[in-house]
Amino acid sequence: MKQYETVIGLEVHVELATKTKIFCGCSTEFGGAPNTHTCPVCTGMPGSLPVLNKKVVEFALKAGLAANCQIHQYCKFDRKNYFYPDNPQNYQISQLYLPICHDGWVEIETSAGKKKIRIHEMHMEEDAGKLIHDEWEDCSLVDYNRSGVPLIEIVSEPDMRSSEEVIAYLEKLRCMMQYLGVSDCKLQEGSMRADVNLSVREVGAEEFGTRTEMKNLNSFKAIARAIEGERERQIELIKEGKAVTQETRRWDDNKEYSYAMRSKEDAKDYRYFPDPDLPPIHISDAWIEEIKAEQPELREVKQARYQEEYGLPAYDAGILTESRHLAVLFEETAAIYGNAKKTANWFMGEVLRLTKDKAMDPEQVSFSPKHLADLLVMVEKSEVSPQNAKKVFEKVFAEDIDPVAYIEEHGLKIVEDTGLLEETINRILDANPGPLSELLGGKDKVMGFFVGQIMKEMKGKANPASARETLMKEVEKRK
Amino acid sequence: MAKIIDDETMENVCILAKLSLSEEEKEKAKAQMQKMLDYVEKLDELDTSEVEPMSHIFQDENVFREDVVTNGDNKEAMLANAPKAKEGQYQVPKTIG
Repeated sequence: MKQYETVIGLEVHVELATKTKIFCGCSTEFGGAPNTHTCPVCTGMPGSLPVLNKKVVEFALKAGLAANCQIHQYCKFDRKNYFYPDNPQNYQISQLYLPICHDGWVEIETSAGKKKIRIHEMHMEEDAGKLIHDEWEDCSLVDYNRSGVPLIEIVSEPDMRSSEEVIAYLEKLRCMMQYLGVSDCKLQEGSMRADVNLSVREVGAEEFGTRTEMKNLNSFKAIARAIEGERERQIELIKEGKAVTQETRRWDDNKEYSYAMRSKEDAKDYRYFPDPDLPPIHISDAWIEEIKAEQPELREVKQARYQEEYGLPAYDAGILTESRHLAVLFEETAAIYGNAKKTANWFMGEVLRLTKDKAMDPEQVSFSPKHLADLLVMVEKSEVSPQNAKKVFEKVFAEDIDPVAYIEEHGLKIVEDTGLLEETINRILDANPGPLSELLGGKDKVMGFFVGQIMKEMKGKANPASARETLMKEVEKRK
Repeated sequence: MAKIIDDETMENVCILAKLSLSEEEKEKAKAQMQKMLDYVEKLDELDTSEVEPMSHIFQDENVFREDVVTNGDNKEAMLANAPKAKEGQYQVPKTIG
């Protein structure tokens, strides 16, 4: 039987996290009422003049440098001409001839090991508006809030061979962009979108097969399913002796099938030409050096540092650095508290558990590092029981309360009241003659039961070590 | 010899420019476009092998704006330019990708 290999290249669009659009001073905020973030520039009014947002160039440079790209220090914008109502100018301002970044690579890791995925180019361009198809009337409605939102399109070489590699590559890019602060890369909100170019060929073949391009992929799961589906469809065609047609296909995730959108026959002729409204960009060596100096510590470096500096296992270092936001919270907490290992345990346990339980995005977690550090200090000094500390932390996590004041106010602080402890212990011993006789008979196993009862009775305000010690003393008296 | 504007090219140009021309208009346009190409062919006689292609006529470069929101809600004014609007949006003929 013939073996087939899947060859995949990706075009990834990433919305940049600027405050304003690429060529005008309209807000880029997501979710505004339709057309409330529009002006003559982003609705393509005749005579309006685009002026480039400097931050877009900086963000593109940051992304390109992080992905080991070369920079076209002289670059410019081109017009890509096509008619579609989401594109009010009838052309999209993009970069064809001199994309800002080119010839880079990122390293991905899958079950098969590490692999470099080459980046052909990254270019700056503007996003289009959003079309909504009216269900009742024979018309479509356009919202131009997204028109002119800055994008970088990251074009890979056809270096991926499986959906696993594709997902690893996308996760890598997403993590990188989030670390750089260049984009939040939310697939659901469309701030990261991927088009998949896929072909199959017999294993060992030199030539690529005919490829199709799939659009409308808005989750990692949908991308993985689309790749499997399209691979099967193409292999089926080849086995039947039919040819794969070069075309754009729309993936329908509900039906798990892709449909042809447009084929090569009416393939678009975009008639690119330099945009005369936008003067060229000259990126000096000094500017590049400035951006390089500002680059934050990326995940791989952080991961290695956590292992070396904090003595954390590779697994923990990996989890803690998945989101830069959480990693920064962790580092700040550890710096105040002074014990990175214990802080890491708390993050791996409580912080991640609560984030998951509340179905939160790690970026949304927002408690003060000082508050968690204060709480950890109290646990360390046996001023609060670990059980109560966890409950208090839920409050810190949800409302960022001051744990020290909270513990004081709610009487959760462990008090060394020997009289009260002795009294409580004797009451419990009297109430449980059965376990007591076992204990007197030398069965230490019931110790745990008694300590548990004591802590419960004391509402966690006793120090477990003192409770155990006092218990032993009181039992000794009854022998 | 300049490229000949044949019927096929004319058809393609009409599709790209979303023009529907009568046969008569097409013939007229073909002749006009041919004249343009012939003129460009004349320019081609110049030796430009040593000249870098020019993309912009001005010397300006790095014209930037800072990333600061300067525009407020212009919805009403913007929609006033729309041939048709509905529910705060531009209404266009049904368009499905």
